Amino acid sequence: MTEHHPGRHRFEALLAAEEKVEPADWMPDGYRQTLIRQIAQHAHSEVIGMQPEGNWISRAPTLKRKAILMAKVQDEAGHGLYLYSAAETLGITRDEMMRLLHEGRHKYSSIFNYPTLSWADIGCIGWLVDGAAITNQVMLTRCSYGPYARGMVRICQEESFHQRQGFEIMSTLSRGAPAQREMAQDGLNRWWWPSLMMFGPPDSESTHSRQSMEWKIKRASNDELRQQFVDMTVPQAEYLGLAVPDPDLSWNAERGHYDFGEIDWEEFWAVVRGNGPMNRERIAHKRAAWEEGTWVREAASAYAARRTGKAA
Amino acid sequence: MSYSVPRLAEERDTDFMPQGEGRFSGWSLWEVFIRQRRGMSHVHAGSLHAPDAEMALQSARDVYTRRGEGISLWVVRSSDITASDASDADSLFEPTGDKPYREATFYQVPAEVKWL
Repeated sequence: MTEHHPGRHRFEALLAAEEKVEPADWMPDGYRQTLIRQIAQHAHSEVIGMQPEGNWISRAPTLKRKAILMAKVQDEAGHGLYLYSAAETLGITRDEMMRLLHEGRHKYSSIFNYPTLSWADIGCIGWLVDGAAITNQVMLTRCSYGPYARGMVRICQEESFHQRQGFEIMSTLSRGAPAQREMAQDGLNRWWWPSLMMFGPPDSESTHSRQSMEWKIKRASNDELRQQFVDMTVPQAEYLGLAVPDPDLSWNAERGHYDFGEIDWEEFWAVVRGNGPMNRERIAHKRAAWEEGTWVREAASAYAARRTGKAA
Repeated sequence: MSYSVPRLAEERDTDFMPQGEGRFSGWSLWEVFIRQRRGMSHVHAGSLHAPDAEMALQSARDVYTRRGEGISLWVVRSSDITASDASDADSLFEPTGDKPYREATFYQVPAEVKWL
């Protein structure tokens, strides 16, 4: 049915002309579904991503660091809200997305299923995890779907603070006492590989990527973005005097890029399937927060209803 | 892609299509407009859910103005906005395309004439 829809021609013309597709435009079901899936997962990632960092707010080493971390976690909440709004323009409701996340049917980025064991992990999340996210999100500012692309512009502006504050934590630790240096190195050792996994499976196995590229939802491949991230980050690690935990890492002058070792895809798929160190705890915590907040939502609704004279 | 999760064989596509189940506590959707500084108009920034206008304003402040983005906010219930139909765009806006005489650049001004 959709194959011959008159809107298809216009949809394809918009993509070809590098124009944005907006909510009221006709779009193929597959395009809508791919975007809902991707934007919902992106929103859930921002929201679940508050947990590993929130874990350190009460133990931040100084008041300044605590204020910065609170501002960052608040930003992540905001990013989740911008993205839920973008997904809603495609016809799914906020409540459905929340329910599907709580039931474990919607996923979020596997990176948040790793624990934050030391203060250096907060540095690593900002520097590496947000660094990887920015690499991806800068590409997404050119996504063909207008509401998603606009959300990304706003998010990218705010994310650069996140990455810099993370690098500053790493820089302070790596210039500190031997124990602080060790802590920084231990953080890098644990976060390096999961950060590379954030870009997803290799292009050779990423069957749905091609369609996303044709629809201009995605503008660069997983492997291209991963390479870009490695090339940007390795010199930063060198500046910090920290060793990237990859014996195969070396500069390839011929390619003009760093070569790097094989990613442990078994670990990657295990975490995606729910067997990472923190999968269960993250969802349990999210559900508890939602349930404990029920009375607040009900009170706000009741107050609004009473003021407008309608029944609750 | 960093924040998207690769597909698993057991993943169900229907999970990502609107089912129309449930509403966000019955809270309306509000559109948020921000005036960046005096002398400028309010510009659309995004949307949010809230039970009433007062809470919509408070949430708009938290969600959309964490970095001095503006000095004034408007919140408007999304359902109160009447929008033109995208498919009417041609009939609504096309006629201006063949009226170049509405633009100053349509008119030739002799080089020696000043202040025109």
